Amino acid sequence: MQKFSAWSLLKKSFGGHKGWQSQWRRATPKPEYDAIIVGGGGHGLGAAYYLAAEHGLTNIAVLEKGWIGGGNTGRNTTIIRSNYLFDESARLYDHSLKMWNDLAQVLNYNVMFSPRGVMMLAHTVHDVQVIKRHVHANRCNGVDNAWLTPAQAKEFCPPLNIDDNIRYPVMGAALQRSGGTARHDAVAWGYARAADALGVDIIENCEVTGIRRDANGAVEALETSRGLIKSRKVGVSAAGNTSVVLGLAGVRLPLESFPLQALVSEPIKPVFPCVVMSNSIHAYVSQSDKGELVIGAGTDAYTSYTQRGALHINAHTLEAICELFPMFRRMRMLRNWGGIVDVTPDRSPIIAKTPVQGLYVNCGWGTGGFKATPGSAHVFAWTIAKDEPHPINAPFTIERFRDGTLIDEAAAAAVAH
Amino acid sequence: MSQCRTETGGRIDRSRKLSFTFDGVQLYGVQGDTLASALLANGVHLVGRSFKYHRPRGFLGAGTEEPNALVRVIRDSARSTPNVRATSVELYDGLIAESQNRWPSLKFDVGAINDALSPLLPAGFYYKTFMWPRSAWHKLYEPNIRAAAGLGRAPEGADPDSYAQRFAHCDVLVIGAGPAGLAAAQTAARTGAHVMLCDEQAEFGGSLLDDPEALIDGQPSAQWLQGVIADLKARPNVTLLQRTTAFGYFPHNLIGLNERVTEHLSAPHQNLPRERLWQVRATEVVLATGAIERPLVFPGNDRPGIMLASAARTYLNRYGVRVGKRAVIVAGCDAAYAAALDLKAAGITIAAICDVRPSADGPAAARARAAGLAITTNTTILGTRGRLRVQSVRLGHLEISGSIRPGVTVACDTVLMSGGYTPTVHLYSQSRGKLRFDSTSHVFVPGTSAERERSAGACKGIDGLHAVLADGAAQGLSAAAATGFAGSPRHYTVVATETSGIGIPGALPQPGKTPPAKAFVDFQNDVTSKDLALATREGFESIEHIKRFTTTGMATDQGRTSGMNALGIIAKDFGREIPSIGLTTFRMPYTPTSFGILAGYARGDLFDPVRRTAAHDSAAALGAVFEDVGMWKRAWYFPKSSEDMHAAVERECLAVRNGVGMFDASTLGKIEVVGPDAATFLNRFYVNNWANLAVGRTRYGILLRDDGFVYDDGVIARIADDRFHVTTTTGGAARVFALMEDYLQTEWPDLKVWITSTTEQWSVVAVQGPRSRDVIAKLVTDIDISHNAMPHMSVANGRICGIPMMLFRVSFTGELGFEVNVPAHYGKAVWDALYEAGREFGITPYGTEAMHVLRAEKGYIIVGQETDGTATPDDVGLTWAIGKTKPDFLGKRAIARPAMTATGRKQLVGLLTLDPQVQLEEGAQVIATPKQPVPMTLIGHVTSSYMSSVLGHSIALAMIKDGRARIGETLYVPMPDGDIPVKVTAPVFYDAEGVRLNG
Repeated sequence: MQKFSAWSLLKKSFGGHKGWQSQWRRATPKPEYDAIIVGGGGHGLGAAYYLAAEHGLTNIAVLEKGWIGGGNTGRNTTIIRSNYLFDESARLYDHSLKMWNDLAQVLNYNVMFSPRGVMMLAHTVHDVQVIKRHVHANRCNGVDNAWLTPAQAKEFCPPLNIDDNIRYPVMGAALQRSGGTARHDAVAWGYARAADALGVDIIENCEVTGIRRDANGAVEALETSRGLIKSRKVGVSAAGNTSVVLGLAGVRLPLESFPLQALVSEPIKPVFPCVVMSNSIHAYVSQSDKGELVIGAGTDAYTSYTQRGALHINAHTLEAICELFPMFRRMRMLRNWGGIVDVTPDRSPIIAKTPVQGLYVNCGWGTGGFKATPGSAHVFAWTIAKDEPHPINAPFTIERFRDGTLIDEAAAAAVAH
Repeated sequence: MSQCRTETGGRIDRSRKLSFTFDGVQLYGVQGDTLASALLANGVHLVGRSFKYHRPRGFLGAGTEEPNALVRVIRDSARSTPNVRATSVELYDGLIAESQNRWPSLKFDVGAINDALSPLLPAGFYYKTFMWPRSAWHKLYEPNIRAAAGLGRAPEGADPDSYAQRFAHCDVLVIGAGPAGLAAAQTAARTGAHVMLCDEQAEFGGSLLDDPEALIDGQPSAQWLQGVIADLKARPNVTLLQRTTAFGYFPHNLIGLNERVTEHLSAPHQNLPRERLWQVRATEVVLATGAIERPLVFPGNDRPGIMLASAARTYLNRYGVRVGKRAVIVAGCDAAYAAALDLKAAGITIAAICDVRPSADGPAAARARAAGLAITTNTTILGTRGRLRVQSVRLGHLEISGSIRPGVTVACDTVLMSGGYTPTVHLYSQSRGKLRFDSTSHVFVPGTSAERERSAGACKGIDGLHAVLADGAAQGLSAAAATGFAGSPRHYTVVATETSGIGIPGALPQPGKTPPAKAFVDFQNDVTSKDLALATREGFESIEHIKRFTTTGMATDQGRTSGMNALGIIAKDFGREIPSIGLTTFRMPYTPTSFGILAGYARGDLFDPVRRTAAHDSAAALGAVFEDVGMWKRAWYFPKSSEDMHAAVERECLAVRNGVGMFDASTLGKIEVVGPDAATFLNRFYVNNWANLAVGRTRYGILLRDDGFVYDDGVIARIADDRFHVTTTTGGAARVFALMEDYLQTEWPDLKVWITSTTEQWSVVAVQGPRSRDVIAKLVTDIDISHNAMPHMSVANGRICGIPMMLFRVSFTGELGFEVNVPAHYGKAVWDALYEAGREFGITPYGTEAMHVLRAEKGYIIVGQETDGTATPDDVGLTWAIGKTKPDFLGKRAIARPAMTATGRKQLVGLLTLDPQVQLEEGAQVIATPKQPVPMTLIGHVTSSYMSSVLGHSIALAMIKDGRARIGETLYVPMPDGDIPVKVTAPVFYDAEGVRLNG
């Protein structure tokens, strides 16, 4: 792998940058691999990287039906935080948050992780109760999260409107200073390049069409649009399409897929220093390094695999943005897009073995998968390599929906009397 | 008038002079100018700086395709808009514009150092560096990169303008009022169909506005245009929308239009909205969105003075502006000749016409030759000079061998280029129509439609005015026919110079593989042909990857002028055909669209509807402070003079315990469940047994989701055998109703049950406390309200103040209590009457906070506070409510799952702090042993915590693992300043025997 650094950039500049190699090889499928990851998003590419880097497996392929990083990895609003309520979630997301800190150095790829602070607003008495519960639980779990008064929130994010006379005045906020944003494409490319350097084959335009199993029911090969590929270990990390792929092996998943939209404004000079989220009035906003306001909208009401949503969903989030940041009303939407979020009944992911020997699954991240990319990939690789879950992902089984040991992060959505 | 302005011609009014400023310099334009044409009329070409290299930039285009000329337009201190294309801004008197992304000045910009450093800053350079030391990215590199990035500045104050929204339906929506759109609209309108026609420009006409010499049906184009518009205006079945951009194409022919209402006015009336959002549902859509000329990619193609040939023609013919004195024409498409001819006629010297193609023998080229213009074919541009304005171009000649022979340097102040026309397929692509690559014209054109839509004219690759008009008319007719309106075909006679729009995609030939100087593909984002080559070299193969790695096509013009050129260059680099490279998805919106129109009326009180109870004003008059619960405003507490919240709540609670209080309970959800199967339905829906509930009795009901967790609760009354009055939580009203509908329609369609939301039909006043019967006795008639006649949990119909009433004897306070339900329009009168009647007993209005304290003293849960979507009925001590003999109910199977009955579940208990004056914080966590290191072993959390005035100490409810088995134990609540010891108790703190209910 060619090292990326200021020095290498300088050296290559003398040759008109003609000396740069392909960041990853254009691999053609081999007949057999020790492990195959289905799904070339951040989670899948990351899992391949950690399998190679930490578990000594190097004969690995990542199969992607389109182009890598083209699903939710390249469509999300890049918010990174770990201030989740339940112990199981806090451990998983905090594991990930810690990995973000040196991911650029580990991969030698600037993923631009920027811990600029993630602030969640409270607008009602009930919001205050819920958010304070998070703050207390996080403190006891060693997860960074602090309660701010409206004035402190305004100090941290000067464009915020804390006027008492708005429809839902800001009553306070939780701030995770160590949360922030990162450059989503770079995460996919950085993992791809680092995995490729360790021998992983990254195979784009390769769709899985069947899962072959041996006499004992264990996975033995994948039928793909580029031919039959053998492997005794298959990890599926394909977001909303995971249920489709696992369906090929007869495994049903409790996943529903919804369109989720996001949009950016035209680029402007720095004006917005952090990430602000308001769950109760549906506003999620930050400013990218390029200067665009990056805004997350809500999910459509109906399940769908079309990567676009309805106009009124965007309008609803812009109503909230304009209410909280009235100077942005004259700003203009530059680009809007949709992704497909895969949602489980308890809004927590599944990172687990499946009832089929050799078949592993990582899915159900809903609206929050990007932040978990390194941690999720890391424990998923462990699960595949050792055929048993890492302690961090042990609670995130498929069976929990049958036996009731849910990790219900939707709890915060409970309403007041 | 400046020398740049022609004496005659154009669609401007030279007699109406308008003053404006650009970067503080006062200038003058005329009515009909855009900001761009006015600046050019003043000889101003340098108007902006590029995003990355801060290169000096002028106008590339004359319309929405413009990537360079982005300015900030300032109306007053609160009304400034960044990143506006000067080519789309109509000039008004007093307009103030500023250039962007430069410091200290447009002419001398320190940021231009990036241009000198550009060898170090190729595409994606930031992925390769800024990684050492680790913390420097966030602290050092990123802040500097952010400061350099961005374009304009955000407005500083709240936007005082208003925005409007409208919905509309029509038979045929025609988007674009150029020749194709006008022909389509007129033809469709003549059939009687309801037609809407919109165009983003100030004037209808599109390309006709640039082509005054064309004759249609024997009339000059301007006259023909006037006639068509007059005809359309006169028709009642036609809606015309100028200055209206169709920005989004949504499923099922829903089109979003952005109408700019006041942006062009010098002094808009304050009542007018700035912009208006139209959401149009059209039966059929005709896309007549035209085509955009492509620039040519050659070294130094971005200097001010280098522009599209069509733009120069627009400036001349429409605005009467000469863009220079001495022009070099670079042709990759015959359209360049039309510009050359018009400019020559206007007195501009055509210094050279270089056609990159081997021959130039179209009709336009022939006319140019006939006019005495020399054309050199097989000619490319090797470079340009000039810092703030182009001064010369260096020609190169393509030899038969394939090599390039350097040619002469030609002095000029203007370079006009034409690389061919790209059909504007954004909306078509947004509609999910499939594009088809046309290998003759090297562009993508509409293929198979996904919606009831058709394209007309240049946007589907049709050239020539006659063909465009004919196609427009045909599509208009076909669209109308598809909606059931028949008409007759239209034919046009046209006399015009027909030029082909076919050009060349990609870069002009250069001697080396990549040119020595920057050849820009995406002007605004400073993406060069070298950047594209680097991306392909680094293994980025998908066009989506190349776009993201180089940022080509991601600027505010969304790749309007760069897309096809980038594809041409990439295809050549890979040695493949353009269609195999693919195309990035076109995204909504077509042009940047104000947040304001999407947010629309939703601001202030209209942000979300405010729901107020009937007695709201009475509560307000009594000094209530309100809290938001869902959309409702609920009285939170009623402070008297100097009382704080704590003092008010203490007084309100004591009044209820010792005398009587009144509480507005109208916000609770109410659903009337009616029908022969009503009891069966409720038996399946709620956990309780309803079959044995007698008419006139009520019961506390619990609703689970299918996952077995508590979803809602409320008192349910049986009004008749087949009629129940269900109450829900305030926040749960809509969800419970929707869940009922869901089950009735999908799971149990056989049940004869009808449900109606009656939340807004009833006003409810809770009168609670030992003296409550005394108060209502003064006003209630037709009911015996004695204890024996009306025991706890009963309901009866009667009258209060002569008004029909449904009276509940229920209590959420633990005291004797009644809930008076009256039709909502009597709510205020009955509230006031109860208050008056209660005066002699010291009746005290209390708010939601006191209600919370009173119920917590009794250990009554609040769904959403004690429960959080993870609590079973048993967890919160409500197993008693479950109907034991029922075969099934919603959630029954789920609560039998192993984890739902295992030990270690959190259970509802009470907590008492060892120091009775210490009040716990809600949401605080609970641990079993003190002084734990982080991460602690958390066994529960505090759900409710209050200071109880009647008990004289603090109380708290908590959900604790195996809590019921821990009663009597001491646990700890870890706070930042130390652990607070607490004793676990049963969750009922007051009147555990419940005798007070029977008062």
